Amino acid sequence: MNILTSLVVIPILTIIAILFTKGLKGARLVSAIGMGVQLLVTAVLLFSYLGLRKAGVTDEMVFTADYTWFKSLNIHYFIGVDGIAVAMLCLTSIVVFAGIFASWEMEYLSREFFISLILLATGVYGFFISLDLFTMFLFYELAVIPMYLLIGVWGSGPKESSAMKLTLMLMGGSALLMVGIFGIYYNSAPDGGPLTFNILEIAKIQMPVEAQRFFFPFTFVGFGILGALFPFHTWSPDGHASAPTAVSMLHAGVLMKLGGYGCFRVAMFLMPEAAQEMAWIFIILTTISVVYGAFGAIWQTDLKFINAYSSVSHCGLVIFALLMMNETGMDGAILQMISHGLMTALFFALIGMIYGRTHTRDVTKMGGLMKVIPFLAVVYMIAGFASLGLPGLSGFVAEMTVFVGAFQHQDMFHRVVTVVVASSIVITAVYILRVVGMILLGPIKDSHHEHLEDAKWFEKLSTVTLVLAVAAIGIAPLWLSDTIISSLKPIVERLAMAIPF
Amino acid sequence: MDLGQFILMRQELLLTLAAVVVLIAEIATSEKNKARLVPFSIGLFALVTIIGFIPGQEGTLFGGSYQSSPLTMFMKNILNMAVLIIFLQAEGWLRKEENLDKISEYFILTIATLIGMNFMISAGDFLIFYIGLETATIPIAGLAAFDKYKSQSAEAGIKLILSSALSSGILLFGLSLLYGATGSIYFADIAGKVAPNALIALGFIFFVSGMGFKISLVPFHFWTADVYEGAPIGVTSYLSVVSKGAAAFIFTIILFTVFKNIVDMWQPLIYTLAVFTMTLANLFALRQDNIKRFLAFSSIAQAGFILLGVLNAGELGMTSVVYFVLVYVFTNLGAFGVVAAVHNASGVETISGYNGLYKTNPKLSLLMTLSLFSLAGIPPVAGFFGKFFLFTAAAGAGYYILVLIAVLNATISLYYYLRVVKAMFIDQNEQPIPTFRSSNAMRLALVMCVAGVFIIGFASGIFEYIRTISQLFLN
Repeated sequence: MNILTSLVVIPILTIIAILFTKGLKGARLVSAIGMGVQLLVTAVLLFSYLGLRKAGVTDEMVFTADYTWFKSLNIHYFIGVDGIAVAMLCLTSIVVFAGIFASWEMEYLSREFFISLILLATGVYGFFISLDLFTMFLFYELAVIPMYLLIGVWGSGPKESSAMKLTLMLMGGSALLMVGIFGIYYNSAPDGGPLTFNILEIAKIQMPVEAQRFFFPFTFVGFGILGALFPFHTWSPDGHASAPTAVSMLHAGVLMKLGGYGCFRVAMFLMPEAAQEMAWIFIILTTISVVYGAFGAIWQTDLKFINAYSSVSHCGLVIFALLMMNETGMDGAILQMISHGLMTALFFALIGMIYGRTHTRDVTKMGGLMKVIPFLAVVYMIAGFASLGLPGLSGFVAEMTVFVGAFQHQDMFHRVVTVVVASSIVITAVYILRVVGMILLGPIKDSHHEHLEDAKWFEKLSTVTLVLAVAAIGIAPLWLSDTIISSLKPIVERLAMAIPF
Repeated sequence: MDLGQFILMRQELLLTLAAVVVLIAEIATSEKNKARLVPFSIGLFALVTIIGFIPGQEGTLFGGSYQSSPLTMFMKNILNMAVLIIFLQAEGWLRKEENLDKISEYFILTIATLIGMNFMISAGDFLIFYIGLETATIPIAGLAAFDKYKSQSAEAGIKLILSSALSSGILLFGLSLLYGATGSIYFADIAGKVAPNALIALGFIFFVSGMGFKISLVPFHFWTADVYEGAPIGVTSYLSVVSKGAAAFIFTIILFTVFKNIVDMWQPLIYTLAVFTMTLANLFALRQDNIKRFLAFSSIAQAGFILLGVLNAGELGMTSVVYFVLVYVFTNLGAFGVVAAVHNASGVETISGYNGLYKTNPKLSLLMTLSLFSLAGIPPVAGFFGKFFLFTAAAGAGYYILVLIAVLNATISLYYYLRVVKAMFIDQNEQPIPTFRSSNAMRLALVMCVAGVFIIGFASGIFEYIRTISQLFLN
């Protein structure tokens, strides 16, 4: 079996295995084993990918497999990966693995919880390996069912309405996306010949410019909603705040990246002329996202809301960087996706663990936690420093690359927005340091917090996995960056060839 | 004329035979053993369904009044399968004390309407079409009033017969105008003579209005909710799946063959109907608490989606409509099966009554969730594929804005489907429906639905087969 197909098959087998377990212990054990295997397979994939490249394989996509599915509509199950997809798959595996351990003590309906969580992950894996728009869309929508139930059943606070809002807004996004996909499909053969959903095939032709102008906004905004593009970001804070820990991790860490990934892999790659033409609109929107998200985080007092708004800001930066459309900028965008994925997953995991002990997420009611739960507190600080871009951790590498890429544009418009966006670093520092100061340092505010227990083994495993990944990217960013850049070439070349009209 | 040619009509003849056999069996059984009629009739019908799948010949009878092709046979098989599932689901209800004296009536009336629908699908002229339509309609009124001591059921019967009579009248008036304009009742003749003129347009509008009642398109849908609510569930599911499916089939066939020369004229009309049907039905569905009314409006909305496939007046359109109805049969019957099972066990018919169902009856809740997500068009279940191909067909005809409206409507529909899911999984209830075990027939029916909902989507061979036979039919 193709190694990529096994990435979808292993989670499905895990789900089937969970069906035969009883109670929490069986379910979490099977999930941990299944996702552990998945992590190993991803590692194997990563090294064999690097090996192939070293051996001089220059195909755009490797590990491809192509099966005809619906013959008359030319729908294929067509899979393959490049460096970017491999990087995203690694991110997914790490976050899912950490997520399983972050929900190690999920007592309520535990079997159902793990099944939904892994089903969600299946959709994500399938999305990243697909090179056929139909299959890609199918996997994208697969995530909807488990998402609603995960937030609605296991969430906290106004969980029903948050779950509903999130599901409906994302479905609205996929409504736009669907129109975009049909538009691409029916314009995929302007000179006659069979229509196709195959991304690589469509990338070889030029879609009629009129069609691009009409369908680019649908596709871009459709994916953008998932990437929390302003003003369609409102599902994100509510959804993330109400979701259970592992779901927040997976959603903010990985699922929002589907949006960014789709933006360049589908919308910009297949419709480069329209992308060039309309980039300025979305650059303005993402600039607002970045600054507004950061300011939003300052005013919040709930830890999860702070992190959710910070995600809006950071994911806005991803799309902003993509729209710079040069190699450095897009490289930065992908680094930022991975870095933010790991960081935010770490944050949400820690918030879940802190909440499990203090039973509050209100920053004004906590203080001095460093004295009672030093392990969690230190990890929280590391995550915070990564988030505000301290050199040596992943956030610095990503943001630095983004701004270098953005400054390569000489004109006034790009200069101004870049300066505005760069100012968000300062705002980020404000809210991160403020929270760290309030909850970790100073005197203990609540007497109940004096005898809290520090992290248990599974919590340590969950957080250390993520911290190691964050540090690894921060210390040795070049191998990742090189992999990404070599895969970015076809996309950047295509965008550069498209002359704005 | 060679009597052997009648083999072309084998599906209709077999059904007639089945109805007669059930009638004779009823006479031959003593009062005590009436309940045995149920398994006997279901078994007999299962046999008819299986025989239907034997490949038959293509051809016409009676000088073109009756036509048979792989496509029409496939449509009839879809309806047969649906009726078989409905019979299995109705088994528990028919065995109840109050229904023992009218078991055979249920089967005979249902099979009679099915015969009418089969003739409609195979019609080659408007006379056979109309006779089939009436045969298919009148017995349903009897079925709707099956619980004759319940005033709601009696009301449903009366409402159905009155609105059917009205719609038949309108339809007939349209047909008479068409006859006046073209001088023929044969589909093949009319197809050559229709031209975009005022008389034809008028006749066509009346025809569409008449059919609109049968498929329950907005603004001809007013009877639907009341009838669905009043009729017994075994009849409601029949109305919502078989009756609607057959009407959609025949509507598509006639539009694609008889009126193919005036496509430009009817597309705007269907476009408008589609927008109103989807949107209004969805808005009404938001407010329902009775689960049968809720499913009634949901099925009206689904009919609106079918019109998207109709708009692509080509083989892709035909394929997507037939495929969607096939998916819809299994999906909607899955939902109705759960409603019937819950109703049989506890009498609950409201959405709020389903609160906490997952705690007591997890399998039924999962099945209901699966069916509802399939209705909303979420993968990996078949509903996603059905909707996707309908939208592909509409987009292929250039109706991108309509596709957008439709997908947004699908999003709205997800909201109310999720309300039921929320009731079952999230909402707490101090007195949830107690744990129960359904009859074996019901379980078999539900397993068939689940299998259908999973298999039809992924098995691309089914779609390709429909595409081949649609091509054959339209050329």
